[in-house]
Amino acid sequence: MRKMLLGKLGIFLLLKGLRMLTLLIAICFISFLLVKNSPIDPIQAYIGADMLKVGPEQREKIAEYWGLDQPVMVQFLNWGSALLAGDLGTSMIFRRPVAEIIGERFVNSLVLMITAWVLSGVIGFVMGVLSAMKKDTWIDRLIKWYCYTLASTPTFWMGLLMLIVFAVWLGWFPIGLGVPAGVLAADVTIADRIEHLILPAITLSIIGVANVALHTRQKLIDVLASDYVLFARARGERGFILFWRHGLRNVALPAITLQFAAFGELFGGAVLAEQIFSYPGLGQATVEAGLRGDVPLLLGLVIFSTFFVFAGNLIADLIYYAVDPRTRESRMI
Amino acid sequence: MPILEVENLSISFNQYTAGLRRKNIQVISSLHVTLEAGEILAVVGASGSGKSLLAHAILGILPDNALVSGTIKYNGEVLNASTQASLRGKEIALIPQSTNYLDPLMRVGNQVRTSVKTGDATVAQRAVFKRLHLQQSVEKMYPFQLSGGMARRTLLSTAIVSDAKVIIADEPTPGLDPVVMKEALNNFREFADNGCAVMLITHDIESALTIADKIAVFYAGTTVEVAPVEDFTGNGESLRHPYSKALWRALPQNDFIPIPGSQPHPSALPTGCLFAPRCTMATPACSEKQPDMQNIRDGMVRCMHAT
Ligand SMILES: Nc1ncnc2c1ncn2[C@@H]1O[C@H](COP(=O)(O)OP(=O)(O)O)[C@@H](O)[C@H]1O
Ligand code: SF4
Ligand SMILES: [Mg+2]
Repeated sequence: MRKMLLGKLGIFLLLKGLRMLTLLIAICFISFLLVKNSPIDPIQAYIGADMLKVGPEQREKIAEYWGLDQPVMVQFLNWGSALLAGDLGTSMIFRRPVAEIIGERFVNSLVLMITAWVLSGVIGFVMGVLSAMKKDTWIDRLIKWYCYTLASTPTFWMGLLMLIVFAVWLGWFPIGLGVPAGVLAADVTIADRIEHLILPAITLSIIGVANVALHTRQKLIDVLASDYVLFARARGERGFILFWRHGLRNVALPAITLQFAAFGELFGGAVLAEQIFSYPGLGQATVEAGLRGDVPLLLGLVIFSTFFVFAGNLIADLIYYAVDPRTRESRMI
Repeated sequence: MPILEVENLSISFNQYTAGLRRKNIQVISSLHVTLEAGEILAVVGASGSGKSLLAHAILGILPDNALVSGTIKYNGEVLNASTQASLRGKEIALIPQSTNYLDPLMRVGNQVRTSVKTGDATVAQRAVFKRLHLQQSVEKMYPFQLSGGMARRTLLSTAIVSDAKVIIADEPTPGLDPVVMKEALNNFREFADNGCAVMLITHDIESALTIADKIAVFYAGTTVEVAPVEDFTGNGESLRHPYSKALWRALPQNDFIPIPGSQPHPSALPTGCLFAPRCTMATPACSEKQPDMQNIRDGMVRCMHAT
């Protein structure tokens, strides 16, 4: 039985892996074409302000060095084979290996995203539960209004608002960056980092709660109207006990799954929030790579973010597979 | 004194119809039913006649948009929302209509244990499983792993362990094979013989007749007749209401003639006697006002021409 279960899981992972691979190839190819056809001159991006001092001969040399003189397809294949050998290439704007930059930026982003993810998940869930338990009261209306308003608020707008109110007017938080300006890296304390993290994390969470809250609210309302809750009430259960025994267990799983599946939105939100708060994470690197035509870095980021979003979805699937007894134990009879 | 008395119960639902107009749909009208300790009352009636709603009304678990009037007495005391809440699961137990009433994500053993009000829940649950021939391994299962018969017995277990005085079983037998069904019915007889009052809701008159003491016949949201089980005999000449007689004669072992027409929908009830459009004995007076419940020969009937 155990073996059969593992076998099924193996096939499931294999299929997922295949899908991931084809998706990745397609995404890489499309991004490659998009960047190649964009009006940005990669050589100019590489040289920057010194452009005037560079003659046509030097230009050609640079183009040759980066392989920019070859046909697009060849460039793509060159890059692809290097990738298969484990080499993501060198960033043109940072002039350092792409893998190194992603690694470094990812740590920053991860702290931001995990904070926002946990905050929005927990707060959103509690809001949704409260709203459903107090359906049609003022609490419910307030929470619903908040969620609907926020669901339609762009992240950059919310970020700017937070920045203006809490950093500029009130001066409670630094205006941007991941660490204080003009301080040696070795002297930056954890407190400094946290201080710089709070505003972007709150911005992401404020918007992130809407989805979980509304979803949890609807799900719990359905559960409370279900036959099994009616029967639980017939057996004398009510209030918190009723929620604890039957509500929580039936809404927690979909909420957690939803939160994992929202990795993509989290990443997208982080890109915008990091840009506004000049927070040196993956998002900011993505914007720079795109704007300045840094193909190796951009493709590296694309691959990485695809993996990231995919991992979220995979975890969501696996949780259902492992936790829901209907899939977990269905092969035991 | 009856342990449970339902008098003049009416239930209607507020519904929004096209154009956002509110409409009040009467689904149960002036219903009377009494339940004695040590007795099984079978409630029979076609689907949609209000049987489940009666059960939910007694327990006080109707949906919020239901309007209820009339009185429900338990041990002679008129119930209100809070006394109903304190009786639920302690004095009055429900055996629900379908196995959807089990929490899909909770092991069934635990669900039965939550019904135990006094003493060791695990011991009580294992004892009742043994009594109903459910293996001990069943307690670890989830509802989706149970066969129909196992699920029914699990639902029955929740009522047995609750030690309630009144048991309301809402269609507990469909989908059971004959052996298990007989066993389930015998369990209800046992409840009654131990001093409980059982309300057995069913649309299977034949099996109801094998164990019940009294039969209440439902039609379009009201009781048209309450009769001792012995009256269901011969050609139905001891029965009081034309609908009960027709139901009895429609059984396969009798004439097997179905009653023409169908039960009116709650949104289009006739003004007078609810059965008038289908009644062969109807007179013009029948369509004027709804006949009152009257006591005739040790039973009750709602027909002005009853004998
Ligand atoms: N929540 C509700 N809102 C409106 N009508 C309802 C509701 N619940 C039940 N009804 C109506 O009440 C009638 C009786 O239902 P029910 O008691 O379930 O019948 P039975 O159990 O005898 O089959 C049906 O016509 C049904 O459509
Ligand atoms: S009151 Fe009239 S219509 Fe109604 S059952 Fe009796 S005879 Fe038939
Ligand atoms: Mg029913």
